Amino acid sequence: MKYKGKAHTFGDNINTDDVIPAKYLNTQDPIELGKHCMEHADKNFAKKIERGDIIVAGKNFGCGSSREHAPIAIKGCGVSCVIAETFARIFYRNAINIGLSVVASSEAAKAIKEGNTVEVDTHKGVIKNISKKKEYKTEAYPPFVEKIIKKGGLLNAIKR
Amino acid sequence: MGYTITEKILRAHITKKSINPGDFINAKVDFCLGNDITAPIAINEFRKTGAKKVFDKTRIALIPDHFTPAKDLRSANQAKMLYEFAKEHKIEHYYEVGRMGVEHALLPELGLVLPGNLVVGADSHTCTYGALGCFSTGVGSTDLAAAFIKGECWFKVPETIKFVYHGKLKKWVSGKDLILYTIGQIGVDGALHKAMEFTGEAIRALPMDDRFSICNMAIEAGGKNGIIEPDKTTVSYVNAVIRKNKPKRKGFKLYKSDKDANYADVKEFDVSKIEPQVSFPHLPSNAKPVTKARNINIDQVVIGSCTNGRISDLEIAAKILKGRKAKHGVRLIIIPATQAIYLEAVKRGFAKTFVEAGGVFSTPSCGPCLGGHLGILAEGERSVATTNRNFVGRMGHPKSEVYLASPAVAAASAIRGRIAHPKEVV
Repeated sequence: MKYKGKAHTFGDNINTDDVIPAKYLNTQDPIELGKHCMEHADKNFAKKIERGDIIVAGKNFGCGSSREHAPIAIKGCGVSCVIAETFARIFYRNAINIGLSVVASSEAAKAIKEGNTVEVDTHKGVIKNISKKKEYKTEAYPPFVEKIIKKGGLLNAIKR
Repeated sequence: MGYTITEKILRAHITKKSINPGDFINAKVDFCLGNDITAPIAINEFRKTGAKKVFDKTRIALIPDHFTPAKDLRSANQAKMLYEFAKEHKIEHYYEVGRMGVEHALLPELGLVLPGNLVVGADSHTCTYGALGCFSTGVGSTDLAAAFIKGECWFKVPETIKFVYHGKLKKWVSGKDLILYTIGQIGVDGALHKAMEFTGEAIRALPMDDRFSICNMAIEAGGKNGIIEPDKTTVSYVNAVIRKNKPKRKGFKLYKSDKDANYADVKEFDVSKIEPQVSFPHLPSNAKPVTKARNINIDQVVIGSCTNGRISDLEIAAKILKGRKAKHGVRLIIIPATQAIYLEAVKRGFAKTFVEAGGVFSTPSCGPCLGGHLGILAEGERSVATTNRNFVGRMGHPKSEVYLASPAVAAASAIRGRIAHPKEVV
């Protein structure tokens, strides 16, 4: 899969309460959740996002609760892909399971700046910073995870 | 090369004979759970696949504990989804308000999660049950839907970090203080994707309630699971809950790590040097000795949650609050984690003590821990809480603050109206 969009940068330990505060967890609607995406970290985030934009963050992105509403909100507000130095494990598997691309690259996460145009090729494992004409390698998905993604999410993968 | 307890339990739940950290496995699940926030998504996903039956109606728990008793119409609708799904599939372990408790206190109390089990829950604090010597971890709603269908879950076998606690605890220091201190030492991603094995003489001397608090917060260091080798304390707890509640599944197995097991790291602590801890906003890793928290005035105290809502937590809070009053202007909110704990607190006079101290004694709920209800903070307000997270806006307004502590520190702080060491008031 290929994604291209403007980068929106965040620091370390962006937790699931930052991504979607618990007061909105009385709905499962992606569009509605998307309206409040990243509200605690950046109040105007959902308003300034253009479809396809990319979140770039530091270490331990998605730490905290197991709420699948977090990757659903990110997808729901139009973000195409998340690049981070590292991901918290439940967020990581939730994103894979619902088909939101999450890419770990310490080098790219540190170098990309707010507003840079970024292109991610998950198949080739390459992140391009088009604004700065730089290219970074991503850590490839393990084959087991690749299989889930190819089948279109976990529930499709387990169907006989 | 030997195996750790985590590796042994995972190995017992797959068909392959050998197991190594980094392996991807599909493991059989002994028990799984969801709540009123996570299960609705799992139920929708389950229905979308066209699945007609759950893998085993006796091995699923549906517990509406987060926004219940329903705090608003939408929350009521979500809770209703659990009830209807439970009815449709004859799920044995559905717990309605009145029988419901905070899930991670309720399941061990009922004997539904046992040593040697593999448990997954669509809630990050599912790691709590590792205190019983089982492998237990939080997953997402789609994972839970897959577990409903297949009774299996995929994992990457984690490496293990061993945490060894030597020495004897000081007065007023609890399991909560040990885990806050540990997270303070290693950071909120210090055990990212890893198993946290807690051991040493100080752990072996702890009662079960403290062990649950420790394993409960493994996730706050990024851990996949927290685990404590079962011993006499574990076995007598488990035998007692089985005798009392007569669960259908009574068999359990005690695993221990081999002497030559491989660890990614070993951390050793002398607990006799550890003071009661307070984690300052806005990360659980901002842990400091309570004596370093000077002149921090508070508006609210919350004692409860899956971390510290058990009977011994209420007991120590009652001991400190007896004959004393919460300072004027401080809201003291005490939430027993289950109905059994609630009754016990009434029987032993704790409930009376709390009300006489000017506190409220609520029905079980996760409530304020995640900013749901029963104690939301206004802009600029501060709470001491025995809960597990103090992220920005966790308990209400993004400009409010949560300080994590033990029930003893929380009770003392309620009396003083500022963060206080229990020895200041007793």
